[in-house]
Amino acid sequence: MDIPYTVEIRRDTGLTNGKIGIWLFLASEVMLFGALFASYILIRVGAPSWPRGDMFLDVPLATVNTIVLIASSVTMVMAWASLMRRRFQTYRIYMGLTILAGLVFLVIKYFEYSHHFHGGELPSTNNFLAIYFTLTGLHGLHVFGGMVVNAYFWGPGAKLWKTNPVWFTNRVEHSGLFWHFVDLVWIFLFPTLYLL
Amino acid sequence: MASDHAATSVTSDHAVDIDKHVRIYITVFVTLMVLTIVTVVVSRFHLPVPIAVTVALIVATIKGSLVACYFMHLISEKKLIYAVLALTAFFFVALMALPIFTVSDGFWIH
Repeated sequence: MDIPYTVEIRRDTGLTNGKIGIWLFLASEVMLFGALFASYILIRVGAPSWPRGDMFLDVPLATVNTIVLIASSVTMVMAWASLMRRRFQTYRIYMGLTILAGLVFLVIKYFEYSHHFHGGELPSTNNFLAIYFTLTGLHGLHVFGGMVVNAYFWGPGAKLWKTNPVWFTNRVEHSGLFWHFVDLVWIFLFPTLYLL
Repeated sequence: MASDHAATSVTSDHAVDIDKHVRIYITVFVTLMVLTIVTVVVSRFHLPVPIAVTVALIVATIKGSLVACYFMHLISEKKLIYAVLALTAFFFVALMALPIFTVSDGFWIH
Protein backbone atom coordinates (compact mmCIF):
# COMPACT_ATOMS: atom_id res chain seq x y z
CA MET A 1 0.00 0.00 0.00
CA ASP A 2 1.31 3.44 -0.91
CA ILE A 3 2.04 5.97 1.80
CA PRO A 4 -0.77 8.56 1.64
CA TYR A 5 -0.30 12.30 1.12
CA THR A 6 3.37 12.25 0.23
CA VAL A 7 2.77 14.53 -2.74
CA GLU A 8 -0.85 15.62 -2.66
CA ILE A 9 -2.04 18.06 0.01
CA ARG A 10 -4.40 16.85 2.75
CA ARG A 11 -7.51 19.02 2.73
CA ASP A 12 -7.83 19.12 6.52
CA THR A 13 -4.24 20.15 7.32
CA GLY A 14 -3.35 21.93 4.08
CA LEU A 15 -0.04 20.05 4.18
CA THR A 16 1.56 16.83 3.09
CA ASN A 17 1.94 14.23 5.84
CA GLY A 18 5.72 14.45 5.63
CA LYS A 19 5.69 18.20 6.24
CA ILE A 20 3.50 18.04 9.35
CA GLY A 21 5.48 15.02 10.54
CA ILE A 22 8.86 16.73 10.39
CA TRP A 23 7.53 19.85 12.12
CA LEU A 24 6.05 17.78 14.96
CA PHE A 25 9.39 16.02 15.29
CA LEU A 26 11.21 19.37 15.36
CA ALA A 27 8.80 20.57 18.07
CA SER A 28 9.90 17.60 20.19
CA GLU A 29 13.52 18.47 19.44
CA VAL A 30 12.96 22.03 20.65
CA MET A 31 11.81 20.62 23.99
CA LEU A 32 14.78 18.20 24.14
CA PHE A 33 17.35 20.96 23.67
CA GLY A 34 15.17 23.29 25.75
CA ALA A 35 15.44 20.91 28.71
CA LEU A 36 19.24 20.97 28.41
CA PHE A 37 19.32 24.76 28.06
CA ALA A 38 17.15 24.98 31.19
CA SER A 39 19.63 22.68 32.95
CA TYR A 40 22.45 24.99 31.85
CA ILE A 41 20.63 28.01 33.31
CA LEU A 42 19.89 26.14 36.54
CA ILE A 43 23.49 25.00 36.98
CA ARG A 44 24.88 28.45 36.10
CA VAL A 45 22.47 30.32 38.34
CA GLY A 46 23.19 27.97 41.24
CA ALA A 47 26.97 28.17 40.92
CA PRO A 48 28.92 30.53 43.21
CA SER A 49 31.04 31.49 40.20
CA TRP A 50 31.02 30.59 36.52
CA PRO A 51 33.92 30.68 34.05
CA ARG A 52 33.78 32.54 30.77
CA GLY A 53 33.61 30.02 27.96
CA ASP A 54 36.80 31.27 26.32
CA MET A 55 38.77 30.25 29.44
CA PHE A 56 38.24 26.58 28.50
CA LEU A 57 37.14 26.64 24.87
CA ASP A 58 38.68 27.53 21.52
CA VAL A 59 36.63 30.48 20.23
CA PRO A 60 38.38 30.82 16.81
CA LEU A 61 37.72 27.13 16.02
CA ALA A 62 34.10 27.45 17.13
CA THR A 63 33.72 30.59 15.00
CA VAL A 64 34.97 28.65 11.97
CA ASN A 65 32.48 25.89 12.84
CA THR A 66 29.67 28.45 13.03
CA ILE A 67 30.56 29.75 9.57
CA VAL A 68 30.79 26.18 8.23
CA LEU A 69 27.37 25.23 9.60
CA ILE A 70 25.68 28.40 8.35
CA ALA A 71 27.26 27.85 4.92
CA SER A 72 25.95 24.27 4.98
CA SER A 73 22.43 25.59 5.60
CA VAL A 74 22.76 27.70 2.46
CA THR A 75 24.02 24.76 0.36
CA MET A 76 21.17 22.63 1.78
CA VAL A 77 18.50 25.11 0.75
CA MET A 78 20.25 25.54 -2.63
CA ALA A 79 20.10 21.75 -3.09
CA TRP A 80 16.34 21.91 -2.63
CA ALA A 81 16.09 24.95 -4.92
CA SER A 82 18.05 23.02 -7.58
CA LEU A 83 15.46 20.24 -7.51
CA MET A 84 12.72 22.84 -7.83
CA ARG A 85 14.52 24.05 -10.95
CA ARG A 86 14.80 20.43 -12.17
CA ARG A 87 18.60 20.57 -12.10
CA PHE A 88 19.48 17.22 -10.60
CA GLN A 89 23.24 17.41 -11.13
CA THR A 90 23.37 20.83 -9.44
CA TYR A 91 21.36 19.32 -6.58
CA ARG A 92 23.98 16.59 -6.22
CA ILE A 93 26.77 19.19 -6.00
CA TYR A 94 24.99 21.27 -3.35
CA MET A 95 23.95 18.22 -1.35
CA GLY A 96 27.51 16.90 -1.54
CA LEU A 97 28.80 20.24 -0.25
CA THR A 98 26.28 20.09 2.62
CA ILE A 99 27.50 16.64 3.65
CA LEU A 100 31.12 17.78 3.33
CA ALA A 101 30.42 20.82 5.51
CA GLY A 102 28.86 18.53 8.14
CA LEU A 103 31.99 16.40 8.03
CA VAL A 104 34.24 19.47 8.43
CA PHE A 105 32.15 20.53 11.43
CA LEU A 106 32.55 17.13 13.09
CA VAL A 107 36.30 16.95 12.35
CA ILE A 108 36.82 20.37 13.97
CA LYS A 109 34.72 19.21 16.91
CA TYR A 110 36.89 16.08 17.15
CA PHE A 111 40.03 18.26 17.41
CA GLU A 112 38.36 20.38 20.10
CA TYR A 113 37.33 17.32 22.09
CA SER A 114 40.72 15.57 21.78
CA HIS A 115 42.46 18.77 22.93
CA HIS A 116 40.25 18.77 26.05
CA PHE A 117 40.76 15.07 26.76
CA HIS A 118 44.54 15.28 26.38
CA GLY A 119 44.53 18.26 28.76
CA GLY A 120 42.61 16.21 31.33
CA GLU A 121 39.45 18.29 30.84
CA LEU A 122 36.64 15.76 31.11
CA PRO A 123 32.88 16.04 31.70
CA SER A 124 33.60 15.09 35.30
CA THR A 125 36.11 17.95 35.76
CA ASN A 126 33.51 20.64 36.50
CA ASN A 127 29.90 21.60 35.82
CA PHE A 128 30.84 23.91 32.96
CA LEU A 129 32.57 21.11 31.03
CA ALA A 130 29.79 18.66 31.95
CA ILE A 131 27.10 20.82 30.34
CA TYR A 132 29.44 21.77 27.47
CA PHE A 133 30.08 18.12 26.54
CA THR A 134 26.41 17.20 26.98
CA LEU A 135 25.07 20.01 24.79
CA THR A 136 27.72 19.88 22.08
CA GLY A 137 27.77 16.05 22.13
CA LEU A 138 24.03 15.84 21.57
CA HIS A 139 24.28 18.51 18.89
CA GLY A 140 27.13 16.60 17.21
CA LEU A 141 24.99 13.46 17.14
CA HIS A 142 22.29 15.48 15.38
CA VAL A 143 24.83 16.70 12.82
CA PHE A 144 25.89 13.08 12.24
CA GLY A 145 22.25 11.95 11.92
CA GLY A 146 21.52 14.73 9.44
CA MET A 147 24.60 13.74 7.43
CA VAL A 148 23.43 10.11 7.24
CA VAL A 149 20.00 11.15 5.94
CA ASN A 150 21.51 13.64 3.48
CA ALA A 151 24.00 11.02 2.28
CA TYR A 152 21.08 8.66 1.63
CA PHE A 153 19.32 11.32 -0.46
CA TRP A 154 22.59 12.08 -2.27
CA GLY A 155 23.16 8.39 -3.07
CA PRO A 156 20.70 5.48 -3.09
CA GLY A 157 17.64 7.53 -2.11
CA ALA A 158 18.08 9.74 -5.18
CA LYS A 159 16.64 6.96 -7.38
CA LEU A 160 13.23 8.32 -6.42
CA TRP A 161 13.94 11.41 -8.55
CA LYS A 162 13.48 9.31 -11.70
CA THR A 163 10.13 7.84 -10.70
CA ASN A 164 8.58 10.56 -8.52
CA PRO A 165 10.50 13.87 -8.59
CA VAL A 166 7.93 15.80 -6.54
CA TRP A 167 8.02 13.28 -3.69
CA PHE A 168 11.82 13.30 -3.79
CA THR A 169 11.85 17.12 -3.69
CA ASN A 170 9.53 17.03 -0.68
CA ARG A 171 11.79 14.53 1.09
CA VAL A 172 14.84 16.71 0.51
CA GLU A 173 12.89 19.71 1.82
CA HIS A 174 12.06 17.77 5.00
CA SER A 175 15.64 16.64 5.59
CA GLY A 176 16.61 20.27 4.96
CA LEU A 177 14.24 21.42 7.70
CA PHE A 178 16.05 19.11 10.13
CA TRP A 179 19.43 20.35 8.95
CA HIS A 180 18.43 24.01 9.38
CA PHE A 181 17.16 23.20 12.87
CA VAL A 182 20.56 21.74 13.76
CA ASP A 183 22.14 24.96 12.47
CA LEU A 184 19.65 27.00 14.51
CA VAL A 185 20.54 25.14 17.71
CA TRP A 186 24.24 25.83 17.11
CA ILE A 187 23.49 29.54 16.60
CA PHE A 188 22.34 29.60 20.25
CA LEU A 189 24.93 27.14 21.58
CA PHE A 190 27.89 29.12 20.23
CA PRO A 191 27.43 32.37 22.21
CA THR A 192 25.96 30.57 25.23
CA LEU A 193 28.89 28.20 25.74
CA TYR A 194 31.85 29.92 24.09
CA LEU A 195 31.34 33.64 24.57
CA LEU A 196 29.45 34.26 27.83
CA MET B 1 4.78 29.48 -1.15
CA ALA B 2 7.71 27.18 -0.78
CA SER B 3 5.80 24.22 0.60
CA ASP B 4 3.17 24.48 -2.10
CA HIS B 5 5.85 24.40 -4.79
CA ALA B 6 7.23 21.14 -3.57
CA ALA B 7 3.86 19.63 -2.88
CA THR B 8 2.22 20.35 -6.21
CA SER B 9 4.55 20.28 -9.16
CA VAL B 10 7.97 21.33 -10.32
CA THR B 11 7.35 23.63 -13.28
CA SER B 12 9.18 26.39 -15.12
CA ASP B 13 6.80 28.98 -13.59
CA HIS B 14 8.02 27.97 -10.18
CA ALA B 15 11.61 28.27 -11.34
CA VAL B 16 11.11 32.05 -11.64
CA ASP B 17 9.93 32.18 -8.02
CA ILE B 18 12.86 30.02 -6.99
CA ASP B 19 15.27 32.52 -8.56
CA LYS B 20 13.83 35.15 -6.21
CA HIS B 21 14.21 32.75 -3.29
CA VAL B 22 17.85 32.10 -4.19
CA ARG B 23 18.65 35.82 -4.10
CA ILE B 24 17.05 36.00 -0.65
CA TYR B 25 19.09 32.99 0.53
CA ILE B 26 22.33 34.71 -0.48
CA THR B 27 21.30 37.94 1.29
CA VAL B 28 20.40 36.00 4.45
CA PHE B 29 23.72 34.12 4.29
CA VAL B 30 25.71 37.38 4.14
CA THR B 31 23.64 38.82 7.01
CA LEU B 32 24.27 35.71 9.12
CA MET B 33 28.02 35.98 8.49
CA VAL B 34 28.03 39.65 9.53
CA LEU B 35 26.03 38.88 12.69
CA THR B 36 28.41 36.03 13.58
CA ILE B 37 31.34 38.46 13.39
CA VAL B 38 29.36 40.99 15.47
CA THR B 39 28.76 38.33 18.14
CA VAL B 40 32.46 37.48 18.40
CA VAL B 41 33.62 41.11 18.33
CA VAL B 42 31.15 42.16 21.05
CA SER B 43 32.31 39.29 23.27
CA ARG B 44 35.87 40.69 23.14
CA PHE B 45 34.73 43.88 24.89
CA HIS B 46 34.20 41.84 28.09
CA LEU B 47 30.96 43.65 28.88
CA PRO B 48 29.20 43.12 32.23
CA VAL B 49 27.35 39.77 32.25
CA PRO B 50 23.78 41.18 32.03
CA ILE B 51 24.65 43.31 28.99
CA ALA B 52 26.73 40.55 27.37
CA VAL B 53 23.91 38.00 27.83
CA THR B 54 21.33 40.43 26.47
CA VAL B 55 23.37 41.38 23.39
CA ALA B 56 24.36 37.77 22.64
CA LEU B 57 20.78 36.54 22.93
CA ILE B 58 19.39 39.39 20.81
CA VAL B 59 21.90 38.71 18.02
CA ALA B 60 21.34 34.92 18.27
CA THR B 61 17.57 35.44 18.15
CA ILE B 62 17.88 37.59 15.01
CA LYS B 63 20.11 34.96 13.39
CA GLY B 64 17.80 32.13 14.42
CA SER B 65 14.76 34.02 13.11
CA LEU B 66 16.45 34.52 9.74
CA VAL B 67 17.22 30.80 9.47
CA ALA B 68 13.68 29.83 10.52
CA CYS B 69 11.89 32.42 8.36
CA TYR B 70 13.84 32.05 5.14
CA PHE B 71 15.75 28.75 5.07
CA MET B 72 12.91 26.87 6.78
CA HIS B 73 10.29 28.90 4.89
CA LEU B 74 8.37 29.78 8.05
CA ILE B 75 7.62 33.21 6.64
CA SER B 76 5.05 31.60 4.35
CA GLU B 77 3.84 28.46 6.10
CA LYS B 78 0.42 27.02 6.80
CA LYS B 79 -1.56 27.90 9.93
CA LEU B 80 -1.26 24.41 11.37
CA ILE B 81 2.54 24.71 11.46
CA TYR B 82 2.25 28.08 13.22
CA ALA B 83 -0.15 26.53 15.74
CA VAL B 84 2.27 23.68 16.48
CA LEU B 85 5.15 26.13 16.89
CA ALA B 86 3.13 28.53 19.06
CA LEU B 87 2.37 25.67 21.47
CA THR B 88 6.03 24.64 21.40
CA ALA B 89 7.16 28.23 22.03
CA PHE B 90 4.83 28.51 25.04
CA PHE B 91 6.27 25.41 26.71
CA PHE B 92 9.82 26.36 25.73
CA VAL B 93 9.48 29.76 27.41
CA ALA B 94 7.99 28.08 30.50
CA LEU B 95 10.94 25.68 30.53
CA MET B 96 13.42 28.56 30.37
CA ALA B 97 11.58 30.65 32.97
CA LEU B 98 11.34 27.92 35.59
CA PRO B 99 15.04 27.74 36.57
CA ILE B 100 15.43 31.52 36.41
CA PHE B 101 12.48 32.08 38.76
CA THR B 102 13.61 29.24 40.99
CA VAL B 103 17.01 30.68 41.83
CA SER B 104 17.16 34.15 40.33
CA ASP B 105 19.20 35.61 43.23
CA GLY B 106 22.76 36.14 42.21
CA PHE B 107 22.36 35.34 38.50
CA TRP B 108 23.17 38.89 37.44
CA ILE B 109 25.94 39.34 40.00
CA HIS B 110 28.50 36.80 38.75
